[in-house]
Amino acid sequence: MSRRQFVKSSVLAGGGLLLACHLPFYVRDAAAAVDAVFAPNAYLRIGTDDSVTIIVNKSEMGQGVYTSLPMLLAEELCCDWKRVTFQASPVAPEYNHAQFGPIMVTGGSTSVRSEWDRLSLAGAAAREMLIAAAAQQWQVDPSACRAENGVVLGPGGKQSSFGKLAANASKLPVPKEPKLKSGAKKLLGKSLHRLDSPAKINGKAVFGIDVTAPGMLTAVIARPPVFGGKVSSFDATRALAVPGVKQVVVVEAGVAVIADGYWPAVQGRKLLEIVWDEGEGAKVSTPAMREEYARLSATPGVVARKDGDAPAVLAKAAKRFEVEYEVPYLAHAPMEPLNCFVDLKKESCRIRTGTQFQTVDRGAAARIVGLNPEQVTIETTFLGGGFGRRACTGSDFVSEAAQVAKAARVMKQPVKVIRSREDDMRAGYYRPMWYDRVMACLDAKGMPLAWHHRIVGQSIIAGTLFEQAMIKDGIDDTSVEGAANTPYAIPNLQVELHSPKNPVPVLWWRSVGHSHTAFVMESFLDELAHAAGKDPYQYRRKLLAGHPRTSKVLETAAKKGDWGKPLPAGHGRGIAVHESFGSFIAQVAEVSLDNRGNIKVHRIVCAIDCGRIVNPDTIKAQMESAITFGLTAALYGAITLKDGRVEQGNFDGYPLVRMQAMPKVEVHIIKSSEPPGGVGEPGVPPTAPAVANALFAATGARLRSLPMTAEKIKSAVKRG
Amino acid sequence: MIVFNVNGKERRVDVSPDTPLLWVLREKLELTGSKFGCGEGLCGACTVHIDGHPQRSCITPVGDVQGKKVVTIEGVPENHPVKKAWLAQEVSQCGYCQPGQIMSAVALLEKKPQPTDADIDSAMSGNLCRCGTYGRIRRAIHAAGGKPAAKGGK
Repeated sequence: MSRRQFVKSSVLAGGGLLLACHLPFYVRDAAAAVDAVFAPNAYLRIGTDDSVTIIVNKSEMGQGVYTSLPMLLAEELCCDWKRVTFQASPVAPEYNHAQFGPIMVTGGSTSVRSEWDRLSLAGAAAREMLIAAAAQQWQVDPSACRAENGVVLGPGGKQSSFGKLAANASKLPVPKEPKLKSGAKKLLGKSLHRLDSPAKINGKAVFGIDVTAPGMLTAVIARPPVFGGKVSSFDATRALAVPGVKQVVVVEAGVAVIADGYWPAVQGRKLLEIVWDEGEGAKVSTPAMREEYARLSATPGVVARKDGDAPAVLAKAAKRFEVEYEVPYLAHAPMEPLNCFVDLKKESCRIRTGTQFQTVDRGAAARIVGLNPEQVTIETTFLGGGFGRRACTGSDFVSEAAQVAKAARVMKQPVKVIRSREDDMRAGYYRPMWYDRVMACLDAKGMPLAWHHRIVGQSIIAGTLFEQAMIKDGIDDTSVEGAANTPYAIPNLQVELHSPKNPVPVLWWRSVGHSHTAFVMESFLDELAHAAGKDPYQYRRKLLAGHPRTSKVLETAAKKGDWGKPLPAGHGRGIAVHESFGSFIAQVAEVSLDNRGNIKVHRIVCAIDCGRIVNPDTIKAQMESAITFGLTAALYGAITLKDGRVEQGNFDGYPLVRMQAMPKVEVHIIKSSEPPGGVGEPGVPPTAPAVANALFAATGARLRSLPMTAEKIKSAVKRG
Repeated sequence: MIVFNVNGKERRVDVSPDTPLLWVLREKLELTGSKFGCGEGLCGACTVHIDGHPQRSCITPVGDVQGKKVVTIEGVPENHPVKKAWLAQEVSQCGYCQPGQIMSAVALLEKKPQPTDADIDSAMSGNLCRCGTYGRIRRAIHAAGGKPAAKGGK
């Protein structure tokens, strides 16, 4: 039975049955499930008490989907916003991504974009049914009635609340083609407060790591010190002697210590004696990898874009520029370390975790425990940060928990696997390390005539379930996005790709390919502007003719960011603009050097055009967030490997921007009636180049390598 | 047996005294508002008050709080000016670090009711936020201290 059929028959059977199948609501002490009698679709339930529950199929990881998606439905429903609450959806076909095919997933900055129509129509259909129920009751024509603020109003002052109409409305057919309302929006475009904020400030929001159950055990896993390593032999005698340690099992991920709490599990793990078979993984080191990448960048790759004939033009150029840019592996480092709860029974498997990738994770768990996917349920908790890490193509954190649950099956107790921060940072899945070589020459007016760009780095898609669908003619678009589709008018443009393979696991990381291509494109374009003796802002404007939305954000950021206005001595401004995920963003950064030679970022002004909008304050918050994320990558972030071992483990070795380093951030949203664009990721790409360009303006030092450390700045200043 | 006061209630726990207070709160007392982020006192997600001082519960052995008063995020009243300011400024994103941020902010304001930006820098720089809510945290602290919130972060 499909969920829709189920809901329908539940309604026919009365409210009681629906009560019995209430969905997980991840707020502790939440009010008991409402007496829901009207459930016209998978996304909405209205109770006799006028409560409106909106079911959200996207994972909440900071981006505000538990507010923005209910706003879309509530706008059309015309309900009382004060009565709206949210619930996380289960995994079911109704909740699959509206554009990505048959999987439930949160990613690609698509939540608002992909759900806009579906949720608007769901709200409109319910409104039409409530109006029809009222009209039937009053024996008037539905066109004489309207809905407003949770009440249907009819002729002669008649009115009835949604709750009172719910039972009758549920008996009516669901309209096939509901009409969206016309006129001014009541909710959309307003900075409504987030529905999940109260739970998040009083400790009641339940994240995966907070999940518990009677008899639950906690496990930690000793993982191989290098990627691809295997357990050769182990002795758990001393580990098992730790009070609280219950069992030690070998699983594919490593050796798991299962205990009655996290602390005894960790104490037990310290006493494990394991001999590892390290294999080829021990040979990986990032300096050697970098040399290999540099060598590859000097050879032709697979062509991702070819306009004109850049190599030929460059061969004849009187003056050519040739530079190398590089960025390191980066960890997502969400504040909540990865974890997963599994309660495995004979014919069922209940998973509770903060994931962005429910269908893929469910399939992986089902294969491991030997059940059908339909026998596996995933309850999505709050996510303590995602940034792509919790949409793992290898389903690593769910798979390892399923492996442990299977190995410990005889114990008949649910188990939660928790990663320490070090586990989280060292167990892989990073933004790839990239090495770019760019060659260019200018025309007589100083504008780019040819641009020949070679990109070297691992594909995040190769070897995954998505390889066949996403890699075309040897090109993983996520490796070249932001470069191969640059809007700049360059007559001879060639972009090539090398996708070397190595054992380091890689994954999408907030803004994916754009996180590196924008740094290269926007920095090197800045170099060319300066080489031509032109203003970097005007230079970009000139190259963006025919791209009004990109131009508009560029102009807005320049204006609001005081481009060209005087600055204190030692300060500099840099600008960058980039389109990604259907949105256009420009940023102006103002920086100086502190007395230790570190970059001090004073201010970042951001302009965004993301089309039609839902909640302006959420968009501002996401820009502030993305800029902070981009700054951490620009100033500090690097994962390095030596003898196959990741050298960073905690926030001392992998620092994040802290309060005292946070610049003033200003966000300007361009009014637009264009289709909605993404918001979660596109704020990241412009930050690193804007800061690098500002550093050049302030000091004359051009940094082509991230992160921009004091050491690199010092040697770049010396070079001149 | 270790006896201490949590949020105004006497609690007794029978655990090894070297167990970090954080795991006792989370796993024995079902107070999961205090979060695990690093286990090394580097991120502040586990911040609680011990006899009025903000401390990292992930590196505080529970044996050290014998006879002391511990306050966690669950013990800060819902109508506390800091919690109200957090809502008014719409600080939270993923929300994972916010209990620790709030505990640090409450302690700061108890010591310094109208902190300067420099006070905020030094009191709050031990609390990491990967979502980048720092500008709003700063505004919320100023607002809770009675100073009108400036626009645009700092």
